[in-house]
Amino acid sequence: MEVVKIENITRVYKVGQIETHALRGVNLTIENGEFTALVGPSGSGKTTLLQMIGCLDQPSTGRVFVDGKDVTTLNRNQRADMRKGHIGFIFQFFALIPTLSAYENIEMPLLLNGHSPAERKARVEELLQAVDLADRANNRPDQLSGGQQQRVAIARALAPKPALILADEPTANLDTANGEQVMEIMTRLNKETGVTFVFATHDPRVIKYARRVVTLRDGLVVQA
Amino acid sequence: MIQIFKMAFRDLGRNRRRSFFSALAVAIGLALLMLMSSVIAGEMGSAIESAIRLSSGHIQIRAATYNENKSSLKWEDLVADPEKVASQIAAYSQVKAATPRLYASGFLSSGTQSAGARITGIDPLSPASDPYRAGLISGEYLSPDDHDSVLIGKPMAEKLNLSAGDKVSLSLNTADGNVQEQTFTVKGIYTTDTYGFDSATIFLPLAKAQALTQTENHASTIFVLLNDTSLTDLVVPALTVPANLQIKTWRELNALFVEWETMAQSYIGIFYMIILAITASVIINTLIMSVYERTREIGILSAIGMRGSRILGLFLAESSLLAVGGVIMGLLLGVLAIYLFNINGFYIGNMGLTGILVTDTIRAKLTLDNTINVTVMTFIVTILSGLVPAITASRLEPVAALRAEK
Repeated sequence: MEVVKIENITRVYKVGQIETHALRGVNLTIENGEFTALVGPSGSGKTTLLQMIGCLDQPSTGRVFVDGKDVTTLNRNQRADMRKGHIGFIFQFFALIPTLSAYENIEMPLLLNGHSPAERKARVEELLQAVDLADRANNRPDQLSGGQQQRVAIARALAPKPALILADEPTANLDTANGEQVMEIMTRLNKETGVTFVFATHDPRVIKYARRVVTLRDGLVVQA
Repeated sequence: MIQIFKMAFRDLGRNRRRSFFSALAVAIGLALLMLMSSVIAGEMGSAIESAIRLSSGHIQIRAATYNENKSSLKWEDLVADPEKVASQIAAYSQVKAATPRLYASGFLSSGTQSAGARITGIDPLSPASDPYRAGLISGEYLSPDDHDSVLIGKPMAEKLNLSAGDKVSLSLNTADGNVQEQTFTVKGIYTTDTYGFDSATIFLPLAKAQALTQTENHASTIFVLLNDTSLTDLVVPALTVPANLQIKTWRELNALFVEWETMAQSYIGIFYMIILAITASVIINTLIMSVYERTREIGILSAIGMRGSRILGLFLAESSLLAVGGVIMGLLLGVLAIYLFNINGFYIGNMGLTGILVTDTIRAKLTLDNTINVTVMTFIVTILSGLVPAITASRLEPVAALRAEK
């Protein structure tokens, strides 16, 4: 069953009189449970494509279906609700809320989804175990290493049990050891939970973990 | 909701110094508003109470034809058989004192110096005359059967270089339009700390004033003091007076003061707005800075599904917390400021106002009404100030916000 279906999307950024074509007509289908890498050089459109799939941005033309829903027709709040319940994000810069502890960062999507305190507690503790950070639950981001922060971000992305997790260069700010640890955790969770992972990267050490590689160049999918 | 406030509280804690000074700005704003409203309440309250106690009373009963500005002494403009009218009014339980008074205009001379005077014939023993007795600073107080004694105010004594026991010449109009002159002894010198009153008003026993002005058994007014100012509107409809007499309340008798108060209130409103605008600008500045510093975080919250309305709520929660902190500090600062202000009061001396009796020292009077009003006003303005940055934050596009520098 397909989690993502992209139909001929384009994305044109206009700055003054200059138009930049970030995506030029992308078609792509991602099946449930995939562990897919979007690869390509800088400027190939990887991040833009992730933003379209993640309802963070909207295509200039074409349609994007996530979990069977055409997200290009959704308004701002509906897209926020889509992200809240169906999509998890992992960013290159870790993207944790600095005033919240690891526990509270992971809990945040559950709060937004209206889970009860007992449900939240059980889920957060389960995820802290899953990313091997149970002893760091009360630490704030500035008390965690880069690798630990990225593991918290993975746990946060998984918290609401989304259909899809999107990761943009998840190891770009990590050293080799931490980068590999993060990729191994993502691989393991993909296998254990069946959640679909789509990650953008141009790091060959990361690409080797992917079971499917989609290559983009100049805003087009050249190999899927 | 609790989580939003928890986050807001921690966000404010990130830059404690900035948050503290923002709350302090709210606090200083509130303290200033409290001090201003208390000074106004104190001054207005004391001015009106002074006017009532010293000059107008709560109510006056006068002849329908009496013209206050002319201090008319014609019999038809006066209250006949005033003791009888006064005793009827004194029978009302809400009435503290009802006493006849006679007003005449004239001037006082000593050597080559002279000064205009408002001669007031009073019953020295009436409770309504207590403020003059209490204000005696030298000599003795009047007695009802004094025939050649006068009580003068301190400023007039200074102007004419008079002391108790000195002789002074008093010239005044009489009922038939002539001028009567007689030498009096300054029996006592008083002060009510109200320059406008003390500098012009001299007192004689009523019987002597009537004899001198040839207004036998007549008075300009029946001066009525009630147990409380708030009883005025209750008592007036209950009073029955002969058709040739009229009832005047303290509001009518102090119309100039009421106008002054209205004018003062509108100026105060402008000051209030200035203070609140300054407070608001500090809060807006603080939260706008906060939005710019946390743009990427707002993007993250948006990416994980936080709706714009909730982001708006987060920033409003921050302004609410600043408001709560500022208001608590402001209430303490305000009370302290008022306490310090009242230790010695604020001496203004003679403001040169005519027709309005203002005491020479301003004191602040903190009222619950004023405190609630300015506190609620400050609280609302502070929270509303958070709206601009909150809306800015809630409208950030997640993609643009995520691209922001940390």
